[in-house]
Amino acid sequence: MFEGVLLPLSGGMLIGTAATLLLLFYGKIFGISGILKGLLGNESKDYDWRIAIVLGFLVGGASLFIMMPQAFENTVVRSPLLTILAGLLVGYGTNLGGGCTSGHGVCGISRFSIRSIVATVTFIVAGVIVVAVSNFIGGSP
Amino acid sequence: MIKKNIPAFIFGILFAWGLGIAGMTQPQKIIGFLDIFGNWDPTLLWVMVGAILVHSVTFWMIKRRPSPILSPKFLIPTRTELDAKLIGGAMLFGLGWGIAGYCPGPALASLVTLNATPIIFFAAMMGGMGLFKLQDSRTKRNQT
Repeated sequence: MFEGVLLPLSGGMLIGTAATLLLLFYGKIFGISGILKGLLGNESKDYDWRIAIVLGFLVGGASLFIMMPQAFENTVVRSPLLTILAGLLVGYGTNLGGGCTSGHGVCGISRFSIRSIVATVTFIVAGVIVVAVSNFIGGSP
Repeated sequence: MIKKNIPAFIFGILFAWGLGIAGMTQPQKIIGFLDIFGNWDPTLLWVMVGAILVHSVTFWMIKRRPSPILSPKFLIPTRTELDAKLIGGAMLFGLGWGIAGYCPGPALASLVTLNATPIIFFAAMMGGMGLFKLQDSRTKRNQT
């Protein structure tokens, strides 16, 4: 039970630290959907820090894949079609709603934003419903 | 231009490490968290607790500064209204999230594994963002 808490808690604290640092150094919210959205074109044309973060993610992911490959274990089986649908929904929905788990969930809640609290509750409830329905239809997730 | 963004690059590494260590790059942990009526996996809850524990303190400390260290000003969202876009967008996001167990950050961090699923998801996600951008600019053009 303890190990089941320590790793996620530490990982979460590292996430919170990264968000802290981005705010402190660049004054930006660490919302990944927003960062990616901006790469598709924005008025400020501030692509440099966004590209730096994306590269950091790739290097972070690669190094972790070497050190701790089990972190990327995926036992969820979804057809390519379903995966595409999920991706489209996430891409469109996060941009429409102004954020995702990092932007609304971590940064928004930390600054006590009502919009972010509502958004976070909403996307969690939506996810809960989807998983419950898929269980009902097809058995275990 | 490059030197100025080296810290951002490092913060990206840290965030990705945080996601991986926390188990967020394992979709079954996300699905498990959302499976509250079945086999509930509380992992994501601890991740949020850890992240918010840190950032809910540091945010307010940093906000007192006149400016960030490397940028001229803070760009913190100021909107407060709860509108249809917020709710609708969150619902669509939650729907996709609940199907695949991936959200933007973990998908990006998982690309390097060269597993098909996160790559397909990420490509489709960027496609979804592209669709939004098209529709959004079309709406704005019709309004002017």
